Amino acid sequence: MKDSKDQILTEVTKGDYKYGFITDIETDTIPMGLSEDVVRMISAKKNEPEFMLEFRLKSYRHWLTMKMPQWAHLTVPEIRYQDIIYYAAPKQVVGPKSLEEVDPELLRTFNKLGIPLEEQKHLSGVAVDAVMDSISVKTTFRESLAELGIIFCSMSEAIREYPDLVKKYLGSVVPYTDNFFASLNSAVFSDGSFCYIPKGVRCPMELSTYFRINAANTGQFERTLLIAEDDSYVSYLEGCTAPMRDENQLHAAVVEIVALENAEVKYSTVQNWYPGDRNGKGGIFNFVTKRGICKGDNSKISWTQVETGSAITWKYPSCILRGNNTTGEFYSVAVTNNYQQADTGTKMIHIGKNSRSTIISKGISAGHGQNSFRSLVKVVKNADKVRNFTQCDSLLMGDKCGAHTFPYIEVENESAIIEHEATTSKIGEDQIFYCNQRGIDTENAVGLIINGYTREVLNKLPMEFAVEAQKLLQISLEGSVG
Amino acid sequence: MLEIKDLFVSINGKEILKGISLEVKAGEVHAIMGPNGSGKSTLAAALAGRDDFEITNGSVTYMGEDLLEMKPEERARKGLFLGFQYPVEIPGVSIVNFLKTALNELRKFKGLEPISASDFLKKMREKKDLVGLTTNLANRSVNEGFSGGEKKKNEIFQMAMLEPRLAILDETDSGLDIDALKTVANGVNNLRRKDNATIIITHYQRLLEHIIPDFVHVLYKGRIVKSSGKELALELEEKGYEWMENETE
Repeated sequence: MKDSKDQILTEVTKGDYKYGFITDIETDTIPMGLSEDVVRMISAKKNEPEFMLEFRLKSYRHWLTMKMPQWAHLTVPEIRYQDIIYYAAPKQVVGPKSLEEVDPELLRTFNKLGIPLEEQKHLSGVAVDAVMDSISVKTTFRESLAELGIIFCSMSEAIREYPDLVKKYLGSVVPYTDNFFASLNSAVFSDGSFCYIPKGVRCPMELSTYFRINAANTGQFERTLLIAEDDSYVSYLEGCTAPMRDENQLHAAVVEIVALENAEVKYSTVQNWYPGDRNGKGGIFNFVTKRGICKGDNSKISWTQVETGSAITWKYPSCILRGNNTTGEFYSVAVTNNYQQADTGTKMIHIGKNSRSTIISKGISAGHGQNSFRSLVKVVKNADKVRNFTQCDSLLMGDKCGAHTFPYIEVENESAIIEHEATTSKIGEDQIFYCNQRGIDTENAVGLIINGYTREVLNKLPMEFAVEAQKLLQISLEGSVG
Repeated sequence: MLEIKDLFVSINGKEILKGISLEVKAGEVHAIMGPNGSGKSTLAAALAGRDDFEITNGSVTYMGEDLLEMKPEERARKGLFLGFQYPVEIPGVSIVNFLKTALNELRKFKGLEPISASDFLKKMREKKDLVGLTTNLANRSVNEGFSGGEKKKNEIFQMAMLEPRLAILDETDSGLDIDALKTVANGVNNLRRKDNATIIITHYQRLLEHIIPDFVHVLYKGRIVKSSGKELALELEEKGYEWMENETE
């Protein structure tokens, strides 16, 4: 009985990573290591105005005083910051004006990833900013969006072309002193997406950024800034993949969202960084700070994440609910298989009156994976009539994995109503056998059961991506039943 | 259709079935009765291919093939259906989705195209009427939050949808009130055909008042100790299983 269990377990865990290829392309890299000179070099490479260099330098100096946080339920091998290359860019015409100027090899790469950069070929209704290593390769649909006053471009361009907006909002949600990885990012970030939705505009298409790590020994430090003016709406999606490499690669991103009065921002992530091999070798270290502020009254920020990749995930997309009647949401599916580790969750900081938040987290652990959910629901003294509902479910597959939950609740106002529900379950042999007995093989049975378990979260994703995410979950968990 | 020869089955080294032989032909209904712990459910699970059982001896031929060589899903695709004593909950998976997946697996095996959405819904309506299922189950998750009776009715409904050649109903009557019992019995009777067969596993004879078996077998301490016509069920009800013990010694 034990043997057959183990056998199924091994069979199901052999789902292969589809995006592990390497693009052979000439890359402009700077020497390995980190110093003030490196920070200056990055800024110079990007032709940045003086204020950016200042921002980077004070971030770098602050970072030097910090230590890596140790509170997460993760075992992180030592990261040697001097062994990382902080800037690597595929050589191509800077800021290509048309598709003809983009290196065909890059186009092929993104085609292979299912992200065609030719606008007419792309899923209708989705604009993409494609980022490889340290730079943005191409942003589609820029012109048609510009007609509505929407700015959607790479962060580098935004710094050059819209310095006032960048100056006003960059670091306003995640200050450069926020945490170790946010400080590092603030010093060396290379590219990312910038998005500005003007007052009263409902963005007619999904905006998305696709992040690709390609070059070896490099870290990716991207920075995304999303500003939704009064009465605006935008739905934003982020996807990521990386080649299979034996060494670990660091990815330390910062995402900031500002939602003004009555604005609504939906931010969805399908994270599929290379998770390492079955023995835990290689994979991306993903240390990400994502935070949004519902600054204006009645505004809403909704985070949806499907986390299947990375060797280590450290990520807490959060909402500061500053305006009155604001809404914060967090929907998450996090999978850890083989030797993956994840410590992920959210913070909901209730400052505004009548602010409400919903947290739905579905963790899935298989193989030797360790999956932790961590959350903070905080209600300050003057925040009357706050509502929060938290549901945190863990699913275990096999007997070598772990699920952990660390919910923190800090309430200083008596009118708050806070609910917390948690369950832990195991995909049972009983469920699998029940499906088998109806003619459904084990692989499809796992897919079916996982889809059922994660349905609440996947339903929050834009349609096309929900289908993708479903497939991804099945691939990530192939064979992990015991 | 099914021929079991001298079957020995152990679980965790403990021998549960000690030489079962049984032949079931198309068109027949067999009842297997016996007290708790006699090995009834083990027999059902072993036939369905549950892997925590070890077959230590004997053979099972199903439609001319070696059943024991087949994976559980292959057995199912070849028309073997097990009505579970304890149907399993699958949260978040709707019955529609579950049954459609299952039905399409069976169709794929037969080389047929997946069923169209409209044909599927039509079939669901038909079978619901046939089984006498009144509640709207379609959008509920598989067995989640179902009462005991609903779970059992859902098993019969699935059986109706999947149209098996050989159905094994494991204690389908346990825990049912008289109305639910009738629903289940009606379902089974309505699905009875010349080319399929049913094995009813039960503790009590009351289900056999509604489904008339062709044969009754008494399973006792891992062996079939008596086989006879339907009248055996009544005799058992009257005299209890202890009587069997004296009979066998």
